Amino acid sequence: MLDDFFLRALLGGILVAVVAAPFGVFVVWRRLAYFGDTLAHSALLGVALGYLLHLNLTAGVIVVCLLVACLLFFFQRQRTLAGDTVLGILSHSFLAVGLVVIAFFETVRIDLMGYLFGDILAVGRGDLVWMAVCGSISLVLLLLIWRPLLLISIHEDLARVEGVPVDLIKLSFVCLLALLVAVMMKIVGLILVTSLFVIPAATARKLVRTPETMALMAALFGVLAVGSGLIGSYQWDTPAGPSIVLSGAALFVVIYLLPVKRGA
Amino acid sequence: MRHYATELPMMTAVEQKKILLEVNDVSVAFQQRQVLHDVSLQIEAGEVVTIIGPNGAGKTTLVRVALGLLKPTSGTVRLDSTLKIGYLPQRFTVEPTLPIDVRRFLQLTGVRDLERLQSVLDEVGAGKLLDASLQGLSGGETQRVLLARALLRDPELLVLDEPAQGVDLHGQVDFFALIEKLRVRRGCSVLMISHDLHLVMAATDRVVCLNNHICCTGNPEVVTRNPAFIELFGEEATKALAIYTHDRDHRH
Repeated sequence: MLDDFFLRALLGGILVAVVAAPFGVFVVWRRLAYFGDTLAHSALLGVALGYLLHLNLTAGVIVVCLLVACLLFFFQRQRTLAGDTVLGILSHSFLAVGLVVIAFFETVRIDLMGYLFGDILAVGRGDLVWMAVCGSISLVLLLLIWRPLLLISIHEDLARVEGVPVDLIKLSFVCLLALLVAVMMKIVGLILVTSLFVIPAATARKLVRTPETMALMAALFGVLAVGSGLIGSYQWDTPAGPSIVLSGAALFVVIYLLPVKRGA
Repeated sequence: MRHYATELPMMTAVEQKKILLEVNDVSVAFQQRQVLHDVSLQIEAGEVVTIIGPNGAGKTTLVRVALGLLKPTSGTVRLDSTLKIGYLPQRFTVEPTLPIDVRRFLQLTGVRDLERLQSVLDEVGAGKLLDASLQGLSGGETQRVLLARALLRDPELLVLDEPAQGVDLHGQVDFFALIEKLRVRRGCSVLMISHDLHLVMAATDRVVCLNNHICCTGNPEVVTRNPAFIELFGEEATKALAIYTHDRDHRH
């Protein structure tokens, strides 16, 4: 009854959910929920530059996303502005630059919507391999910096005094995150990626007592959202990406209405 | 105690004391405001140094500079990167979305052995807190847990930035008594900030009286008789202190 494209979508969605979960908990703890949106706005510039310089478009997006990550890091280091303000400035500035650059070559039509909203149902075999490789590398790198990054998220000064290379770890994290979002965005769409970073992690918070179980629970909720969302979209012929986001949000509401004591 | 009393003076007479931390002619300005002006400070091994001064005197700034958390506008800081420091920050609030209990927090030091975690918690009088959530701790409990965490790293220097702030007087007395006990047992140096002299004076080797610059420095008895100190803290405080130190002399 299930077609190949459906299985590929399911596999792709599960991959994104599992990889996004451990990153997502840090996104929530470090209050970077709007980082994804900022990257999305910046992606327009990446696509434009890709056209302009005859580069691979994904490469263009990756380069611009990494640039945004570095800028975020340096602005946060100044400590004069809050993270959300910095993200707001970066987000709109990059969108504006992207629009201005595109205006220079009006003959080219860019399928920006495709970049931002992707289509999980169109995920191909090659995409799956690419996602699995990028996802595994990112996960391994995140595991390597897990403990220092966790300590930084608990208390940055404490980490610094204890000799944690705080700047290096923070920069590595935002760059990894940017890379991951840039790669996944092209394939499954931005909304799906950023929502799978934030919603499952937020859902898991209520039920857990340690950082690691929060990451595992987030992965579980992410997979549940992908599965139920895709089945729902197949059943009722609704758009796949938004259906996944919706079932994730529904899970969040259900868990929060449950009379369970906050796990902490 | 007897062991220390006979051994320690001999040892120090022979050996040159190691300098753990050195701040030289440091000035810090935030925008136009000069917070520290040509401040120098040295901490020797085994020494307890207390920085006192009114609000806005630059106490926390000085400690942050000494720890390398803040770059001074001018001046130099010498801090051995291998020096193991236990740091108790003035404020310790943990992001509420980050679920973490005391056990996991302590394990982040790399020590995973539960028995050791329990024994260090017992040592600081927080034996029951192993499974408590970090965000649910009271001010006094938070300090003890932070202290336990610092001890797990076997620090050569403990840095306490008004750690007993927001704790009632009784709790503060207990806490500083604990610090003194730990220092004697472990032989580490202590650098602490306090604006309440009464509590820390008796356990301090050297007082640094700070008011954006160093007003005076020396052992507690000498400093409290210094005119600069009396001017800064007023006759009242100094008298109260005299009574307190007198009291301490008669403890058995």
